[in-house]
Amino acid sequence: MNFIDLIMSHAPALLVVIPLLGAFLTPLISKINDKIRNIFVISILGITAVFVLLVAQQVLDTGTITYVFGSSLQTQNNTVIRILFEIDALSIFMALVSIILAFVASIYSWGFLENETGQDKYYTLLLLMTAGMLGMVLTGDLFNFFVFIEITSIASAALIAFWTNRVKAVEAGFKYIFISTIGALFILFALALLYGQYDALNIAQLADRITFTYLDKIALIIFISALAMKGGIVPMHMWVPDAYGRAPASASLVLVAATQASLYGVFRVLFTLYGNVIHLPNISFGWILVILGLITMLVGVIMAMIQTDFKRLIAYGAVAELGYIFLGVGTGLTIIANPDIGISSAPFAVEAMKGSIFHIINDALDVGLLFMIAGAVYYATKETSLNSLGGLARNMKYTTIFFIIGLLAISGIPPMNGFASKLLIYESTYQLNPIISIIAILSSIMLLAVFVKIFQSVFLGPKLKKFDDVKEVPKSMLIAMGIVASIIIFFGLFPDLIVSNLVEPAVNALIHPENYLQGLTGGL
Amino acid sequence: MISIDELFNTFNTGNGFWNPVLWLIAFVIIFLIIYIIRGFGNNSYKKGTGQTQVFLSGNPESDFESMHVKSSNLYWGWTESMKWIIDALKSIHTGNVSDYVLWFVIVMGVLFLFVGLI
Repeated sequence: MNFIDLIMSHAPALLVVIPLLGAFLTPLISKINDKIRNIFVISILGITAVFVLLVAQQVLDTGTITYVFGSSLQTQNNTVIRILFEIDALSIFMALVSIILAFVASIYSWGFLENETGQDKYYTLLLLMTAGMLGMVLTGDLFNFFVFIEITSIASAALIAFWTNRVKAVEAGFKYIFISTIGALFILFALALLYGQYDALNIAQLADRITFTYLDKIALIIFISALAMKGGIVPMHMWVPDAYGRAPASASLVLVAATQASLYGVFRVLFTLYGNVIHLPNISFGWILVILGLITMLVGVIMAMIQTDFKRLIAYGAVAELGYIFLGVGTGLTIIANPDIGISSAPFAVEAMKGSIFHIINDALDVGLLFMIAGAVYYATKETSLNSLGGLARNMKYTTIFFIIGLLAISGIPPMNGFASKLLIYESTYQLNPIISIIAILSSIMLLAVFVKIFQSVFLGPKLKKFDDVKEVPKSMLIAMGIVASIIIFFGLFPDLIVSNLVEPAVNALIHPENYLQGLTGGL
Repeated sequence: MISIDELFNTFNTGNGFWNPVLWLIAFVIIFLIIYIIRGFGNNSYKKGTGQTQVFLSGNPESDFESMHVKSSNLYWGWTESMKWIIDALKSIHTGNVSDYVLWFVIVMGVLFLFVGLI
């Protein structure tokens, strides 16, 4: 085995090991020089991104990969006792979302934080958070899922409270760690319920053994509630505007990916862990997701409409966007879990799921770009209140162009990426119930109004005297925004390419849990 | 490698289709037609004359800065008509972390009821 084969055979582990090792080395490299440290962090995330792409290629070509840490897969009394990563198309899709945002955030941070102290800690936490998020979406073990949630939460809370001299930032960090700890402890309790019954922690093995007992139902409800809270689903979303609003813009960007990793947890639990039994009871968990999705969209967009703080407004917009993801997956689950209809006679269920999964990456990019723009405006003006801003299109031309792209994308205006995924969701939810589709379209229109409000307040209007000296932001910030804007346009212009090659395999991984189980059998 | 055909494939949405590249081409053609029609117009614009001055029903023009409509004043009609729901939503957004956890407990309780566990 040559060196490249050796590296490739351990690529799944390296996805977490590289940023983790990078995190521990960052404070040491900071001692040498800030510039070298920044290059080091960007390189670490760039290398991780390359490995994500290589593993993605492998997963899409050969199917689910099972990577066992330490040695070959061992069993004791028919129970898997090794720590392992089980990577299917959905896991790697989520890893791609996380690494894109983390990589872009590292470039953006170079300019955004250039005058700040404590950058060594910031970059360490950024890499730790990336390792945590990647671990969450790649692990095939419920206990490790909990461990990676904790790593992500602790790093996220510290990043939210990065500006320790600001009371509100520290308060937001405290709220986030409080909510995250409550959520994580409930997840630990739920997995203990499963472990106590089935003597296993491996997701595939548990999925094979679950019989949907009374305790299984309790565990399922706890999993959904706790992960939905960490995912920012209404009415458990209230930490989102606090956290997103007070964190540095570059950290808000990565927080979007962390939130979506929690939503991944909801889908993994429903479709894989309980995939074999979800159709058994006369209860539609799909409808639960649909209802939560609708409430999330409406509350998010109404609250966004009345905000006057730039970042809080985007945060509420991000909450509304999460509703679309839940809505599409809920529609799919409603059909899949209903044996009277069946997936074969309702292809719109698959379309709904495609719309949702596609919307995960679209939402991450669109909201991420808007947070970067909010950060750019703050960097240039030191203002976040929409009432104090105005006329910035005259001073910040590139930022304004990026904002227009973000505005069109998040509102689902063609030909941007948000349109394609929302179109899939509208069409498929219409088949389930036309009223759901109408509410979804209405929310999108309101979302457009919300972001037009920002455009008018921040970028249009006469040039204000106090902003006479405002200049465009540093190049690293423009490059980061440019990368995301380019991906948005590319995804918008070629949606079929993305859906066929990335989204469809991820949806198939969700609706066919047997492939996940086979992945483990292959490892055995 | 991705072929050009694959790149420009029409996106099938189940009940319909979407081809952004065709949409973009149509958009450009429509824009060109509008531009040509605009060219037939009468160019009577005279810069620096009274024709270009702002007319505010005979009222004097304020200074530019004070004419900018601030964020809080936007959509006031919508906000007024939706006051009942906005006030209700504001009242539950207390900013108190204990209330955040309370909502988590409420959702979990509702789901337990929904599933018939309690």
